[in-house]
Amino acid sequence: MTADTILASLQLSTPEIILAVGALVLLMIGVFSGERSGTTVTGLAVALLIISGLWLVLATGEGQAYGGAFVSDPFAKFMKVLALIGSITAMVMTVGHARSEQLDRFEFPVLIVLSTLGMLLMISANSLLSLYLALELQSLALYVVAAINRESLRSTEAGLKYFVLGALSSGMLLYGMSLVYGFTGHIGFQEIAAALTAEGRSLGLVFGLVFILAGLAFKISAVPFHMWTPDVYEGAPTPVTAFFAAAPKVAAMAMLVRIVIDAFEPVVADWQQVIVFISIASMLLGAFAAIGQRNIKRLMAYSSIGHMGYALVGLAAGSMAGVRGVALYMLIYMVMTLGTFAIILAMRRKEGGNVEDINDLAGLSSTNPFMATVLTILMFSLAGIPPMAGFFAKYFVFMAAIEAHLYALAIIGVLASVVGAYYYLRIIKVMWFDEPTGEFARTAGELKLVFGLSGLFVVGYVLIGGPIGAAAEAAARTFF
Amino acid sequence: MTDWPILSAVTFLPLVGVALLLLTREDSPYGRRNILNVSLLTTVFTFVLSLFIWIGFDNANPGFQMVEKAEWLGTGISYHLGVDGISMLFVILSTFLMPFCVLASWHSVEKRLREYMIAFLLLEVFMVGVFVSLDIVLFYVFFEAGLIPMFIIIGVWGGKDRVYASYKFFLYTLLGSVLMLLAIMAMYWQAGTTDITELLAYNFPAHMQTWLWLAFFASFAVKMPMWPVHTWLPDAHVQAPTAGSVILAGVLLKLGGYGFIRFSLAMFPLASDYFAPFVFALSVIAIIYTSLVALMQDDIKKLIAYSSVAHMGYVTMGIFAANVQGLQGAIFQMLSHGIVSGALFLCVGVVYDRLHTREIAAYGGLVNNMPKYAVAFMIFTMANVGLPGTSGFVGEFMTLIGVFRANTWVALFATTGVILSAAYALWLYRRVIFGALEKESLKALLDLDVREKLLLYPLLILTIFYGVYPAPVFDATAASVDALLNNYSAALQAAQSVALSAN
Repeated sequence: MTADTILASLQLSTPEIILAVGALVLLMIGVFSGERSGTTVTGLAVALLIISGLWLVLATGEGQAYGGAFVSDPFAKFMKVLALIGSITAMVMTVGHARSEQLDRFEFPVLIVLSTLGMLLMISANSLLSLYLALELQSLALYVVAAINRESLRSTEAGLKYFVLGALSSGMLLYGMSLVYGFTGHIGFQEIAAALTAEGRSLGLVFGLVFILAGLAFKISAVPFHMWTPDVYEGAPTPVTAFFAAAPKVAAMAMLVRIVIDAFEPVVADWQQVIVFISIASMLLGAFAAIGQRNIKRLMAYSSIGHMGYALVGLAAGSMAGVRGVALYMLIYMVMTLGTFAIILAMRRKEGGNVEDINDLAGLSSTNPFMATVLTILMFSLAGIPPMAGFFAKYFVFMAAIEAHLYALAIIGVLASVVGAYYYLRIIKVMWFDEPTGEFARTAGELKLVFGLSGLFVVGYVLIGGPIGAAAEAAARTFF
Repeated sequence: MTDWPILSAVTFLPLVGVALLLLTREDSPYGRRNILNVSLLTTVFTFVLSLFIWIGFDNANPGFQMVEKAEWLGTGISYHLGVDGISMLFVILSTFLMPFCVLASWHSVEKRLREYMIAFLLLEVFMVGVFVSLDIVLFYVFFEAGLIPMFIIIGVWGGKDRVYASYKFFLYTLLGSVLMLLAIMAMYWQAGTTDITELLAYNFPAHMQTWLWLAFFASFAVKMPMWPVHTWLPDAHVQAPTAGSVILAGVLLKLGGYGFIRFSLAMFPLASDYFAPFVFALSVIAIIYTSLVALMQDDIKKLIAYSSVAHMGYVTMGIFAANVQGLQGAIFQMLSHGIVSGALFLCVGVVYDRLHTREIAAYGGLVNNMPKYAVAFMIFTMANVGLPGTSGFVGEFMTLIGVFRANTWVALFATTGVILSAAYALWLYRRVIFGALEKESLKALLDLDVREKLLLYPLLILTIFYGVYPAPVFDATAASVDALLNNYSAALQAAQSVALSAN
C-alpha cells in the first residue's frame, strides 16, 4: 500500500475515525473528571455523533478502502445516517432517566459511541473478516450496556442472556464464514461472488451460507433466533431498550442485505428460501405471540420481531425494488420505534416511577391528549394502516415480493399484518375507550420532542415521501 | 372554473375545520357552542363548495372531469383526482350528509365533543377522497384510512358493547382490504401503472382477471356488506352513535358498491361475467335471508341494519346484471339508500335521545303525541319499502328490471324481498308509532323541535323529489354508465371471438 491509497482509505472512513478517536477522548475525559462527568460526556458524545454524521453526508466520497475490506457507497451512507440518527435519539432520550436507571456513568455514552462505531463498520464491511470484527465491536458494547444497571437483577440477567446467546450466534457466524472461506478461497464479497459464478456452488458452501444466515438472523432477532429479544427488551433499562430496538437492527439488516446481495448473489435460490422461511416465521410469531402480552416493552419486542419479518419480505425478493423497500422499511420502522419508546419512557407516575403495563395507559386520551394522539398515530402506523408511513413501508416491500412472484409470502404477510393490527388496536383501545386510572407525571421536554417529531414524520410522510423514496432508491441502486 | 383545483378543495376543506377545532377549548358552554358552530359551518361550506362540482359537471362527457394530476412519492403513484358520472354524485352525497351528522350530534354527544367532530371531519376527507381518486393506490389509502376515525367513533362514543363492535368492524374490513392491496400490486406489475384511467383501458389476461376479481371482491363484499360477511354491520350500527350510523349506512357502505362498479366490473369484465351467477346467488340470499332476520329483531337499529344488507343485495345484483337498467338502478339505489337509511337512523336517534333505548317493545303509540315525527318516519319507512313515489322505488324497480333481463329466476326471488321488506318495515312502524299510548315513559315525549325538523325535512323533500323526478341523477350518470357498458360488452365479445377462432 502506498501513501496515496492509505490516505484515500482514511478519507473514506473519516466518520468512523472521528468516532473511534472521539470515543477514546471521551473515555479520558470521563476517567480524569470522575463520577460527576456523566452529563458532560453524554453531551459531548451526542456532539461527536452529529459531527460524524455531518462529515458522512457532506464530505465522504465513494469507493473501496483498506484493500477492499471497507466500502463506502450510497447504500452504506443511507444506512449509516439511519444508525447515527437512531443512536443520537436514543442518547437524547436517556438524559431524563440517567439517574434513576444508573445511566449517569460516563461509561454509558462511551459504550454507545463505540457500538455505533461498530454499526458503521458493519454497514460498510465488504469482507467476512471486517464484518465479523465490526459485529463484535458493536455486540460487546451492547452486552455491557444491557447490564449497565448493576443493581437491578433484571438488567444483569438481560445482559447475561444477551451475552450468552450472542456469543453462540457469533460462533455460528464464524463457523459459517470459515466454511465459505474454505469452499471459495476468498473473504472479500466480490471475490466470493466471482468464485461462485465461476465454479458453481458446492454443498459445503450451502452449509456455510446457512450458518452465516443463522448468525445474522440472531442479530436482527428473526425467528427462530428471536428468543433473547423479549427478555432483553424487558430486562434492560428502557432507554437502553430504545437504543437496542432501533440502530443495531438497522445496521444488522444493512449487513445482511449487503452480504446476500453482494457476496451470494450467484446462489440466490439458496438463500432466498431461507429468507422466505424466516420472514414468514417472524411475521407470524410477531403477530400471534404479541397478543397475550401485558408488558408494553415485551409487546414491542414481539412487534419488532414481526417488523423484521416484513423487512425481510423485501430482501426475499432480491431485486432493486426489494432493497429499496428494505431501506425504506428500516427508516420508517426506526422512526416509529423511537417515537414509541419515547412514549414508554414518558409513562412515569408521579410517585412510583416508571410503569410498563399496557393497562397503565388507560384513559390517556383524556389525561394527556397529545401523547395519546401521537401514540395512536404510531400504533396505526405500526399496524400498517394508511395514510401513515407504516403503510407505505409495507407497501414497498410487498410490492417487491409480488414482482418476484412470491405470492404465498405476500399473502401470509398481509394476513399476519391483520392479526398484528389486533394488538396495536388494543393499545389504542386502552387509551381511548377505557377510563383513566391515574395520571402520568409531566413529560420531559426531550421526550416530547422525540415523539412529537416521530408522530409528525409518520403523518407527514404522504407529503415528504418523495425525496425520502428517492434517497432509498439511490441507495438500492448501489447493488444493481 | 376549470383552473382551480375544486376537487382538492372539497376533499381537504374539512381539514381547515380540524385546524380550527384544535384551537378551541371544550370546558365551557361557550366552548361547546364554538365547536358545534365551527363543525357545522365547515361541513355546510364543504357541501356548498361541492355543489359547484355538480354545476360545473358536463353530463354529456363520459370521461373524467375536473382532473388534477401531480407526481406523488416519486414511485409511479400519482396524486390524480377527477370525477365522472359514476363518482360525482357520491361526492355530493358524502358532503350532503355531513351537516346532518353534526346536527344529529348537537346534544347527544356529551363528552369529548371536540375529538368527536375532528374524527367526523377527518372521515369526510377520507370518504370524499375515495370517490375522487383516480389513482388506485391513492384510492386504497383513502379507503383504508376511513377505518381509523370510524374505529374511534364507534369505540369512544358507542353503546355498551362498543369495544367488540369497533374491533369487529376494523378487523373485518381490514382483512378484506389487504387482499385487494396485493391485487393492486399485481396489477401494477402487469400493467405498469397505478393510474385508474390507464388501468381501465388495459386488458388484463383472463386467468389473471379471475384472481384479481376475487381479491377485490374480498374487500368490497365485506364493505358492502354481502351475505355471509355482513355480520359486522349490525354490531357496528347498533353500537355506533346516531351520526356514526348515518355515515356508515349512508356513505361507507357505498364504497363497496362504487368499488364494484369502478374496478370489478370495469377492469375485469371477463371475470365479472364469469362470476355474475355467484354474485346473483349471494345477493338473492342476502335479500331474502336478511329480510327474514330483520323480521325477528327487537332493536330498531339492528332491524334497519339488516334491511340495509338486504337493500345492498339489490345493488350488487344490479351491478352484475351489467346492463343499463341494472347499473343505473344500482347507482340510484345507493344514492337513495344513502338518504333514506341515513334518515331512518336519524329518526331512531330522535326517539333514542328522548328515551335512551332502542328496544322496539319500549315504544308504541307515538303517533298520539308526536304526529310530525310519525309522518316523517312513515315516509322514510315507505321509501325503505320501495313505495312508488319515493326514491326507494326507482332504484329497486330499475335493478329488478336489469336483473330480469339478465336472469329471470334471480329477479323472481329478489322480488319477494320487496314483500318481505314491506313486512318488517310496516310491522316496525306499527309497533313503534301506532297503538294506544299506554307506557308512562312515552307520555311526556315532545314532538320534533326545530333542530330535528331541520334534520328530517330536507331529507324528506329529497326522498319524494327523487321518487317523482329522478332525471337529474340519471342524466348525470347516463353517459359514464353507457361508456362503461360499451367497454364491458366489447371486452366480452373480443374474448368470445378469440375463443371461436381458437376452435
